[in-house]
Amino acid sequence: MAESKTIRWDQDADGVVILTLDDPNQSANTMNRDYGESMAATVDRLEAEKDSIKGVILTSAKSTFFAGGDLNDLRGAQPEQAGELEEMVRELKSQLRRLESLGKPVVAAINGAALGGGLEIALATHYRIAVNSPKVQLGFPEVKLGLLPGCGGVVRTVRMRGITDALMSWLMQGQQRRVDKALELGLLDEIVESEADLVPAAKKWIEANPEAVQPWDVKGYKIPGGTPSNPALAMNLPAFPANLRKQIKGANYPAPKHIMSVAVEGAQVDFDTAIEIEGRYFVDLLTGKVAKNMIQAFFFDLQEVNGDRGRPADIETFDPKKAVVLGAGMMGAAIAYVCAKAGIEVVLKDVSQEAADRGKGYSAKLVDKQLEKGRTTQEKADALLALITATDDPALADGADMVIEAVFEDPKVKEQVYAEIEPHLAPNALLGSNTSTLPITDLAEGVSRPDDFIGLHFFSPVDKMPLLEIIRGKKTTDETLYRALDVAKKIKKTPIVVNDSRGFFTSRVIGTFINEGIAMLNEGIPAPTIEQASSQAGYPAPVLQLSDELNLNLMRRIRLAYEAALDADGGVWHDHPATIVIDRMLDEYKRGGRLDGAGFYEYEEGKRVGLWPGIKEAFGGDNLDADFKDLQERMMFIESLETVKCLDEGVIETVADANIGSIFGIGFPGWTGGVLQYINGYEGGVAGFVARSNELAEKYGERFVPPASLVAKAEAGELYLDAVPSPA
Amino acid sequence: MASSEALVFDAIRTPRGKGKFNGSLHGTKPVDLVVGLMHEILARNDQLDPNVIDDVVLGCVTPVGDQGADIAKTAAIKAGLPDTVAGVQLNRFCASGLEAVNIAAQKVASGWEDMVFAGGVESMSRLPMGSDGGAWAMDPETNYDTSFVPQGVSADLIATIEGFTRDDVDSYAVRSQDRASAAQAEGRFANSVVPVLDMNDQVVLDNDEFIRAGTTTETLGGLKPSFAAMGEMGGFDAVALQKFHWIEKINHVHTPGNSSGIVDGASLVAIGNAETGEKMGMKPRARILATALSGDDPTIMLTGPAPAAKKALAKAGITKDDLDLVEINEAFAAVVLRFVRDMDLDMEKVNVNGGAIAMGHPLGATGAMILGTIIDELHRTGGRYGLCTLCVGGGMGIATVVEAI
Repeated sequence: MAESKTIRWDQDADGVVILTLDDPNQSANTMNRDYGESMAATVDRLEAEKDSIKGVILTSAKSTFFAGGDLNDLRGAQPEQAGELEEMVRELKSQLRRLESLGKPVVAAINGAALGGGLEIALATHYRIAVNSPKVQLGFPEVKLGLLPGCGGVVRTVRMRGITDALMSWLMQGQQRRVDKALELGLLDEIVESEADLVPAAKKWIEANPEAVQPWDVKGYKIPGGTPSNPALAMNLPAFPANLRKQIKGANYPAPKHIMSVAVEGAQVDFDTAIEIEGRYFVDLLTGKVAKNMIQAFFFDLQEVNGDRGRPADIETFDPKKAVVLGAGMMGAAIAYVCAKAGIEVVLKDVSQEAADRGKGYSAKLVDKQLEKGRTTQEKADALLALITATDDPALADGADMVIEAVFEDPKVKEQVYAEIEPHLAPNALLGSNTSTLPITDLAEGVSRPDDFIGLHFFSPVDKMPLLEIIRGKKTTDETLYRALDVAKKIKKTPIVVNDSRGFFTSRVIGTFINEGIAMLNEGIPAPTIEQASSQAGYPAPVLQLSDELNLNLMRRIRLAYEAALDADGGVWHDHPATIVIDRMLDEYKRGGRLDGAGFYEYEEGKRVGLWPGIKEAFGGDNLDADFKDLQERMMFIESLETVKCLDEGVIETVADANIGSIFGIGFPGWTGGVLQYINGYEGGVAGFVARSNELAEKYGERFVPPASLVAKAEAGELYLDAVPSPA
Repeated sequence: MASSEALVFDAIRTPRGKGKFNGSLHGTKPVDLVVGLMHEILARNDQLDPNVIDDVVLGCVTPVGDQGADIAKTAAIKAGLPDTVAGVQLNRFCASGLEAVNIAAQKVASGWEDMVFAGGVESMSRLPMGSDGGAWAMDPETNYDTSFVPQGVSADLIATIEGFTRDDVDSYAVRSQDRASAAQAEGRFANSVVPVLDMNDQVVLDNDEFIRAGTTTETLGGLKPSFAAMGEMGGFDAVALQKFHWIEKINHVHTPGNSSGIVDGASLVAIGNAETGEKMGMKPRARILATALSGDDPTIMLTGPAPAAKKALAKAGITKDDLDLVEINEAFAAVVLRFVRDMDLDMEKVNVNGGAIAMGHPLGATGAMILGTIIDELHRTGGRYGLCTLCVGGGMGIATVVEAI
């Protein structure tokens, strides 16, 4: 009999076997090779000693119950391994199947998070008890990594909850549920108050249920809500995939579709055939590109950007107590909110008390909404608002240890407000600016301590957008940078770090996307086609709609400033085919965007009602022959190519920062894994990307010519990956 | 044996009953609708020896329950046809009835069979549309990958692309009602419509009961679009627009008033070669010159008639200008308007006695019904060439060219 390395076996005098999941080599239990061997050995032994076993309790010695698949293993899966991968999951599933059909009661005693594979193991027991703690969460996050729960998770959830509820409440969005919600939604059976209560509660249940079997192994079992042959379900079923298409806008996310397919197809066959079907869909996802992209970005890159970034031990953690937010406009008001939400006292200063009050009103509106939805309590809401002081008096900044300036994008104005506030600050206060385009190095000249000055670029709406782009000026010290990273952590933003340049990283790259979309109008491409191309590529907002939000006036101002700066440096400005469209929209039609109440879309009382019918007359729109794939890829390629230039110029230094910044900040399609992972994952790899760039350059202009560094990368057969030690 | 002409000796149908619980045919089994028509053909052709019938080919789109298990052979047995008469049920969605005719014609034209009964049956009141399931709509993987949308959304997509307004489609619907009620009043369907009798020979229904004489665009204008909620909340508009990406928004113009009605009914056509007809003392009424199938994009789905019609006309060796009459199934008003535009037809030749908007569309039966309608009308008006066509699920189109004898 093989040895069990990761599952400890203890049998109590009462005959109950306690299996403790405890991988000696990792801080969390995962479904790695050792686990597979251990579970095989454990199930063998359970079956062999069955007659002397009263029941089984499955628990964990780690702070989490079980973490799920080993992503380091999983991301290497290749299509040619499909056969062995199917066999591997077949083996893992058969162990769990044997566990649940042991003929003895099996209880999962859940002491910590049971996500993904962890929940799948728990579902293969007859009864699930969890500790009442916010740390204990149950859920299937697989879909967020482009995967599905491939160890019986889809099949068991469907058989417990029915097709519709399983999909909506557990599987399609990867929701993670706290214990009370998990109990309500039926994947948890009992909650106990402390870890010490787990085993006694489990034993009590074992005592009362000596004959435990899974519901689906009882004769006459029916799936709740029925199978697709049930007319009530059949009536709505055709709309399931249609609504999914609507929701993901036709973008390349195969996982939710596969999950839905397994749920429905699996419901029409017996349990064992259903998990076999589940395995096929799982392996298809696992060996595909999208899961690899998403695992790279949403697990590894995210871990890297949130990591310690080589922080020297002697830099103390910065824990800001009092922040000054300069400017109570849309951005300042929202920055004040996220700071207060993190428990930081905030002085929200504007030129007039009125303006400042208006800014604080934004926070009041947000907490009111949360109160309405029961997401906060009156006490917490009051406490949050009490932390924000709206004022026109700089003296109230007294002793503040952090400033975030969010005034009009004019260096002179910024210098003025800083001059006014600096005397009141704590001596080493962090000096931040939320500029989205002005060079930090130049702005730093306007303050007395340029070493402590740093760009803190937030994204709108600040309370929803997860990213913080931290921009290092020439004089910004390392200590300032790490303090800024501490701020990001404190206010729960995901940081990326970039170096100073006009537009930094995100604004610069998103500009190429918007220009590309706008340029298509001039080729006579119908506006709805352009919008569909960007949506189906996977962008969260269609490109012309986004342009209306950002406003063409602002884009032109940025362009002119860049042109002027380039001129001053003796550089050459290359005109973009979007320019003429933007100029005509502004000069001929006075349609800058939503702010003007008129843009590529029409607005009624601030509400977007539809595309402006004049677009056809202004720019044509009868060109139905354009290759739709070209349109989609032009937008993504131009952003990736600009990112390579940012790497070349040292604007951005790590692949992880680029990938995460592009997805979290500027809406680069998540299925690609980010703006550089897209190059890695493109058909034919980096070389394929280069070839396609050249093809696009031939057809659409020199802006698609791949930079030399990219060509070199392709020739060397390298990928865009950071040299980071693989996580333990 | 050498090939021969496929001749139509008879083409009859039941009246169409409302396809609801309160429809007159809801109390009649679908198999009995067919049996009644079989007996009528034998009665009308009293020299026809049923032993010469090779096969019964019946279209049926929802072949489950009362309509399951090969309703064609079931009907043949129940009608008392000889044991040697075979039967086969087929499903080409809305074209099933005409497909049955075309297959029968091909059997005869090939020379391998001499006399075939073809037609179709659908009791939509008993077996609602879609109750046979199917992977296209019901299997998420298939549905998603093939951009499935319900036909109503496809019809609205056609209207949007072609710029047909609500008034355009409603006006067409009024025309269908006017033409159908006039034709009924004049007795133009009298030759082909056979009353449905109960087991005591009492009349259950002797005339199409779905027609609403006196329909106006005003009355139709008050109806709510049928597919707007499905399109928006069901996600199907998004599916269609992702494919037809140059359209910003689907204009939902189709209502119960300008779409084909849900009805019960059956049809049966006797098709054979000249020699057999002569021996059996049967008088040919038309010859089938050509049949064709074609297709277009499955999401817009209902634009198949034009390519199919063009193919059939070419095979028949005539042009659209040679046609005296055209029957295009009125699945939705926009389908007819689009077909007429695609083919550049004179509207005065098209659906002259109304169509399925007024009379209803008993899915599996309709194709053979409009074949009978066009033959009757060619005879009445002294016309020569006629074309029958239907739009079909999955983007298919079907067409049959007939010549009156």
